[in-house]
Amino acid sequence: MSTYITIIIAAVLTNNFVLSKFYGICPFLGVSKKLDSSVGMGAAVIFVMLCASIVTYPIYHLLLKPLELTYLRTVAFILIIAVFVQLLEIMMKKLMPPLYRTLGIYLPLITTNCAVLGVTIMNIDDGYSFGQSLVNAGFSGLGFALAMLIFSGVRSRVDDAEENSPKLFRGIPATLIAAAIVSMSFLGFGGIGQ
Amino acid sequence: MNYGKEFLKGLIQENPVLVSLLGMCPTLAVTTGAFNGIGMGLSTMFVLICSNIVISLLRRAIPQQVKLPCYIVIIASFVTLIQFLVHGFVPALYTSLGAFLELITVNCIILGRAEMFASKNNPIASALDGAGMGLGFTLALFLMGSIREIFGSGTWMGLSVPGMAGHTISLFVMPAGGFLTLGFVIAIVCAISNRKPPKKLGCAACPNAASCGAGCEEADA
Repeated sequence: MSTYITIIIAAVLTNNFVLSKFYGICPFLGVSKKLDSSVGMGAAVIFVMLCASIVTYPIYHLLLKPLELTYLRTVAFILIIAVFVQLLEIMMKKLMPPLYRTLGIYLPLITTNCAVLGVTIMNIDDGYSFGQSLVNAGFSGLGFALAMLIFSGVRSRVDDAEENSPKLFRGIPATLIAAAIVSMSFLGFGGIGQ
Repeated sequence: MNYGKEFLKGLIQENPVLVSLLGMCPTLAVTTGAFNGIGMGLSTMFVLICSNIVISLLRRAIPQQVKLPCYIVIIASFVTLIQFLVHGFVPALYTSLGAFLELITVNCIILGRAEMFASKNNPIASALDGAGMGLGFTLALFLMGSIREIFGSGTWMGLSVPGMAGHTISLFVMPAGGFLTLGFVIAIVCAISNRKPPKKLGCAACPNAASCGAGCEEADA
């Protein structure tokens, strides 16, 4: 049980997926100032990361490992994720239209978001069991969503203050420095759960 | 076609990190030292050149509808190859790069160049484009890594820097320092080249733009 709690605290706070592991920086920095699109993106990432972990874990442990093909992991995982997300999109469209309308636009190519491939690799490299993998994927996704949510608020303040900031830093440099401050604030969680 | 120009444009003018703002994840994650930066840069460059050549050779054979899965499989194969090479020849680098070596597969610089350049041009031009872009990426990572290593650990390429002992700022090698350094580097590069700093990530080149950040911004507009 304690390992589960350690995984949860690490995934959300101390080793936040975005702010200290740098997975999924593109959506994090590109995220809009709008709260609901960052919530939508966060929810879609949690969902896809969970599904990807459910699918890749048995493939690795029941197929690649017994056949001694573990070096094919990268090719196998990225293909599975690509195919799976595509299937998910088709199924969602047919079976759950309301959910599709909210999450659908974020789904199609989350495939190549490094957060998704990253979490499946992490599950294997850290030697997690199936249960631990699911917890890790779900809460890493939650950590991603939390960072996005916090940052969308910070970002809107930064953008509002643009007129007053030095010309050199307007735009992406100011966004990056704001991200540094948010990341620094997460340093405060260091040491919890050890 | 001017081959020299295809090679040179990636170095400074269209530098993938500092100008186009692509491949931010590895840029922030592996640049705690100059050596890691070079290692990551050269590994990416290898994959970029090889995948550009193969995609360019197959550009008439790959059907439009399934181009993305095709590109990804080609790229992932070369990533597996470089993993073996790095693991075999530079094991220390393999350990310090961790999962990010494998994540070259989803580096948007590579997919972006496949989509924007290799799928439209001949293999020689594509190889030169890959080499230029890869070298530009390596330069940017080396610059970031040097700054962070000198200020954060007081060393450069593992050698101690005179005058830095006892004056290191450990923030630079922490995750927050990555964001901070990149922000300043982009601002300074823009100042030197007399341009306005970019407002958005360089998602235009990425075939996935619609699904991540750029998609949100479009939804807002």
